[in-house]
Amino acid sequence: MHINVEHIARLARLGLSDKEKELFEKQLSSILGYAETINRLETSGVEPTSHAIPMKNVLREDKAVPCEDVEAILKNAPEEEDHMFKVPRIIENE
Amino acid sequence: MNNRKDAMHCVSLTLHEAHALLQNKQASSVELTTAVFEQIEKIEDKVRAYITLTKEEALDQAREADKKIKAGNAGSLTGVPIAIKDNMCTKGTLTTCASKILYNYIPPYNATVVDKLKAAGAVIIGKTNMDEFAMGSSTENSAMHVTHNPCDLKCVPGGSSGGSAAAVAADECFAALGSDTGGSIRQPASFCGVVGLKPTYGRVSRYGLVAFASSLDQIGPLTKDVTDSAIMLNAISGYDSQDSTSVNIETPDFKKALINDVKGLKIGIIKEVLGKGIDESVKKSIKEAVKIFEKLGAKVFEVSMPTYEYAVATYYIIAPSEASSNLSRYDGVKYGLRTEGGVTSPRLHKKDLMSMYFKTRQEGFGPEVKRRIMIGTYTLSAGYYDAFYLKALKARTLMKQDFDKAFSKVDVLISPTAPSVAFKIGEKVSDPLSMYISDIATIPVNLAGLPAISIPCGMDGNLPVGLQIIGKAFDEAAILRAAYSFEQNTEWHRKRPKT
Repeated sequence: MHINVEHIARLARLGLSDKEKELFEKQLSSILGYAETINRLETSGVEPTSHAIPMKNVLREDKAVPCEDVEAILKNAPEEEDHMFKVPRIIENE
Repeated sequence: MNNRKDAMHCVSLTLHEAHALLQNKQASSVELTTAVFEQIEKIEDKVRAYITLTKEEALDQAREADKKIKAGNAGSLTGVPIAIKDNMCTKGTLTTCASKILYNYIPPYNATVVDKLKAAGAVIIGKTNMDEFAMGSSTENSAMHVTHNPCDLKCVPGGSSGGSAAAVAADECFAALGSDTGGSIRQPASFCGVVGLKPTYGRVSRYGLVAFASSLDQIGPLTKDVTDSAIMLNAISGYDSQDSTSVNIETPDFKKALINDVKGLKIGIIKEVLGKGIDESVKKSIKEAVKIFEKLGAKVFEVSMPTYEYAVATYYIIAPSEASSNLSRYDGVKYGLRTEGGVTSPRLHKKDLMSMYFKTRQEGFGPEVKRRIMIGTYTLSAGYYDAFYLKALKARTLMKQDFDKAFSKVDVLISPTAPSVAFKIGEKVSDPLSMYISDIATIPVNLAGLPAISIPCGMDGNLPVGLQIIGKAFDEAAILRAAYSFEQNTEWHRKRPKT
């Protein structure tokens, strides 16, 4: 089983070293190869189960409630300015 | 409590014995808490069960508890020192998930279970070590340090709640909370010789539990005996509007399930996990456990679960799929580690933000977490979704049907908790697939959302063997009753590590 490790890592926004790429290519093909054994199970006409206990969507009342302690939340931010999370430049310079 | 000998003795008490000691005014919570920290001082260098200890806060809580006891207002856990796995949010106290990516995260709120323990009067003494983001079966995947099994320091404590299991086994707390996604409470309980209970999915709120695989995760207690397990389950159960998967169902008093009587109980023993791949010493202990149940008047039948052979494969599609989605929140923006600078992919050299995502996640996640993010991203990606993820969800339906069929004939199911006793540190780290396959007996239970308990049922040398008892959905009472009856008629739960 061949896995395009670089493509998957890009989708996952995950940087990998060359050594990791090599290792994961080997390990992922062995793990996913094993996972493929479920193809031996006959599942035509079987409904998928996403939650074992029957679940229905839960909506709360559409009413504003106070936020948790904003200072405590922002204290965890790697970078913060004027009560906002700060991120590196997104729009490129012309 | 008058002398040091008493202090050393009291840490080995069970939770209910310690609670009685406090109620009878034979010791104060401050004395009990101090004794636990003395035990930690003495043994933690060897065991390394904790990531964070909160001694000052614990002593404050103990003083409060003593006031309540004096005033006659004690709750079910008042004054008893308890530990929490480091993937449950504790307001103002570091919560790392044993990951570098959350190395400095201080939650602004408590998980519901933490609030509930505090409401019952518990003294929270610290946060326990685990496999990073609860991904692993040995606690070797912690980015912080390795935890050692108190029964044999050269062995792993199991995982992912290895710190919680080791802390209970080494008398470094009276009980601990763990979380179980594929066996992460039951397998370390088995390896360390303690009692571990995974409740029915939806029984206990997951609000404030850092998500790994949301349709499988469930919080539960690790304790020194079955009575303590029932007391802890009473404290943490119940509907919570903050968790949309929490089930609005009445919480019975689980202490009422502690009945020493299994006459007429129908027990199914699962054939598929008593054959190939299961160690002889484990098989022997399970067969002896069956004899004890039969002697006590239970009827034991062999039950076949044909889909068990596909459970590990199914799980290692579903759990990583959910994880890859859940862990996308670690992006270096809102909390935890941020790494900037450096270019990880030539295609991204112009995008500073992208580069930050890639670099932060590369540095912040350990190998096992990366591996699972990669597996999950693959199984959810275009072209593979139907073949892997959807197929696994259908397999999950068949597994649930196997359990339904079995439970139409029996009251509880039993099996070994793990195929072996605790293995040596380092023995399986280079072969992830063999580590995954060792979860064969516990994984099907999570896929079906059922409750299960692991109790000590034998020894192989110094190392404990665990017996797993599985119940119908929301029938924790049946597994507690069976476990309690077994415990009352055996001595395995009294075997404490010599470390």
